[in-house]
Amino acid sequence: MLVADKNIQEAVCDSPNSQETGETGLALVKYLILGILFGFVFVKAEIISWFRIQEMFRLDSFHMYGVIGSAIVTGIISIQLIKRFKIKSIVGEEIKISKKEFRKGQIIGGFIFGLGWAITGACPGPLYAQIGSGFTVVIITLLSAIAGTWVYGKFSDKLPN
Amino acid sequence: MNQFIDWISQPWAWYVAGPLIGLTVPALLILGNKSFGISSSLRHVCAMCIPAKIPFFQYNWRKEMWNLVFVLGVLVGGFVATTFLSNPDEIVIAAQTQADLAALGITDFSGLMPADIFSWENLFTVKGLIFFVMGGFLVGFGSRYAGGCTSGHAIMGISSLQWPSLVATIFFMVGGFLMTQVLLGPLMKFAGF
Repeated sequence: MLVADKNIQEAVCDSPNSQETGETGLALVKYLILGILFGFVFVKAEIISWFRIQEMFRLDSFHMYGVIGSAIVTGIISIQLIKRFKIKSIVGEEIKISKKEFRKGQIIGGFIFGLGWAITGACPGPLYAQIGSGFTVVIITLLSAIAGTWVYGKFSDKLPN
Repeated sequence: MNQFIDWISQPWAWYVAGPLIGLTVPALLILGNKSFGISSSLRHVCAMCIPAKIPFFQYNWRKEMWNLVFVLGVLVGGFVATTFLSNPDEIVIAAQTQADLAALGITDFSGLMPADIFSWENLFTVKGLIFFVMGGFLVGFGSRYAGGCTSGHAIMGISSLQWPSLVATIFFMVGGFLMTQVLLGPLMKFAGF
């Protein structure tokens, strides 16, 4: 079982779960709360707005660049602090950060994602927040995104990478 | 208290929202040794519901339940913000963007999303096909092909100083600029705007 789990870690390339201690039920509530806070900020800063994404790609507003830029700066400082002070996770594990290997997919897939981002006005995070905000038709967009993910999975070994 | 409610109901500035979003990175790492990323949730749904013996979906998705719980939270957070603490005024967008979009046929500038596009009546029309079906497909296919989306690459990846994520982010932007500046106009005309 342990061996199988290691292979799985290899297969899941982004946002993997590096925690070795298992979590079920109530232990997952903290992620729900974090998600709620995150979705709340998404709406309050109007990041879920199709108009804000249009502004960004038309270079008419600094808002989205400010949001993404300051989020990155905060992330960089946080990770440097975690490394410098060897901060451990709350269950005492050493914090691991997933490594992103360079693949052609980051160019081709990234470009395709960008096309979709400008049409839908949403990356995957805002899709969920848009649905929660009452734009229920975005459920169709989400289902299409799941279909797109599935089609990629189906043909991933045949695509240049 | 009322002042607080008034303040929290306003749209938030980038320098408030950006750092809060950035803090999700250390929060997830410290709470559970998790690397921030949202598009993975789409993959976990595939692995859970429609794996179809595809190797890409053969992994222990139960271990990644946290990610699905997190995105459920994002949905709930959107609901709470909109239902209880939403901005009473119309959204203020850049005059130039508003003029450009009006020229393309958008008439509703009152909410976060234009009703001209994002309404159920459009579902079985060319508008729905382009904006929901095709747009969503490109988002899902592209983010998985790229190995992450804005959260996994632009925020988590660049925050941990990984250059492949910078490459991905640059191409997110290239695709977005091309769509907005060149392709969106003809597509909207085709859709009947």
